[in-house]
Amino acid sequence: MAKVTIKVNGKNQTRTVEDRMLLVDFLRDELRLTGTHIGCDTSQCGCCTVHVDGRAVKSCSMLAAQANGANVVTIEGMAKGKTLHPIQRAFSECHGLQCGFCTPGMIMATAGLLKDNPNPTDAEIYKGLEGNLCRCTGYINIVKAVKMSAKLLRGKRH
Amino acid sequence: MYALNYVKAKSLKDAAAILARNPEAKLLAGGMTLIPTLKQRLARPTHVVDIAGLPELRGIAVKAGKLVVGAGSKHHDLATSSVVRKAIPALAGLAAEIGDPQVRNRGTIGGSLANNDPAADYPAAVLGLGATVVTTKRSIAADGFFQGLFATALEAGEVVVRVEFPLPKRAAYMKFPHPASGYAMTGVFVAQTAGGVRVAVTGAGPGVFRWTAAEAALAKSFKAAALEGVKLDSSGFNNDIHADREYRANLVRVMAKRALEKLSGKK
Repeated sequence: MAKVTIKVNGKNQTRTVEDRMLLVDFLRDELRLTGTHIGCDTSQCGCCTVHVDGRAVKSCSMLAAQANGANVVTIEGMAKGKTLHPIQRAFSECHGLQCGFCTPGMIMATAGLLKDNPNPTDAEIYKGLEGNLCRCTGYINIVKAVKMSAKLLRGKRH
Repeated sequence: MYALNYVKAKSLKDAAAILARNPEAKLLAGGMTLIPTLKQRLARPTHVVDIAGLPELRGIAVKAGKLVVGAGSKHHDLATSSVVRKAIPALAGLAAEIGDPQVRNRGTIGGSLANNDPAADYPAAVLGLGATVVTTKRSIAADGFFQGLFATALEAGEVVVRVEFPLPKRAAYMKFPHPASGYAMTGVFVAQTAGGVRVAVTGAGPGVFRWTAAEAALAKSFKAAALEGVKLDSSGFNNDIHADREYRANLVRVMAKRALEKLSGKK
């Protein structure tokens, strides 16, 4: 067993878990933060994307023990109380989702993309979201939502 | 995933000691291949020894005419490093095209080389540039490091510490990525080095290899046209649902030409 302390959405969380526990299972089963989804078993879909020490990663592809001492932000850490994060607002307003299953991962990947590139072109958005799959084929509005997110985060509105 | 013991190594020496005590232990760096493999129960190590973040594996710098990259450097680090972009832009560009952003944020160059996936990108750069892989035990020239499908010259308990890339006169990498995985269906790294022209091919065969006939042709004329009709033995090439061996053979030539065109366009 591994004793891990991970700062999740600003709060230190200490648990003793199996060495083989994945970070995504730590978040979902130990902390009940079920906004981080598991959409595949092959590290491809990106639904489980969270930020570890400021970088977007797939939480299904690392052990909880590897995140010991790290600072993790999940979709639950994005909104400020009842106020949605600008990226959440953009996905809502642009209807950047259909079933919504991929959305938490899309939002966390978008946050990662915009941190590196605050004003991405369409091509850069496609490339930046390459690690995330939407099976409703809703990419057109997702791209719109990323563009609106970028505008909002740059302090501009339309 | 089968049960295993997670151990965080305090140093390379510590990692070596853990490996020596546990013959069925595996090193864990970024884990972008190992963790998915464990999830599929395709490997059953008793221990995973985490060496990510060890200070001994860090650092990217140009020293004595070589670009020295710590094995723990992540793909994102290479892709965005001003040092790499200035010294060997083709290497930075290659790193930027590996997998997806989440993979580039975790995966390391040392892990990729030790794994030697036949469709990985870094082996093409390391072989194409004639780099040296420095381990905890010795220095291994690229020409002797890669030994076919997931096989390298690394011995049990030997850890990749850094890679030393001689600076080429110019170099370019072009790949045809698998549309789903981003792995190279075929990728070709072309470099004009102090020791001559080198052409390394990944994704096409069971492991990275040098296309020596193309090197000879390009040594005479460093132009895409020089590759017309150059002999390429594709008998051992990968032949699967994604591309048959004839198609891959064609891709090798096309990617090599594109790499040369990229170079002539930039000068």
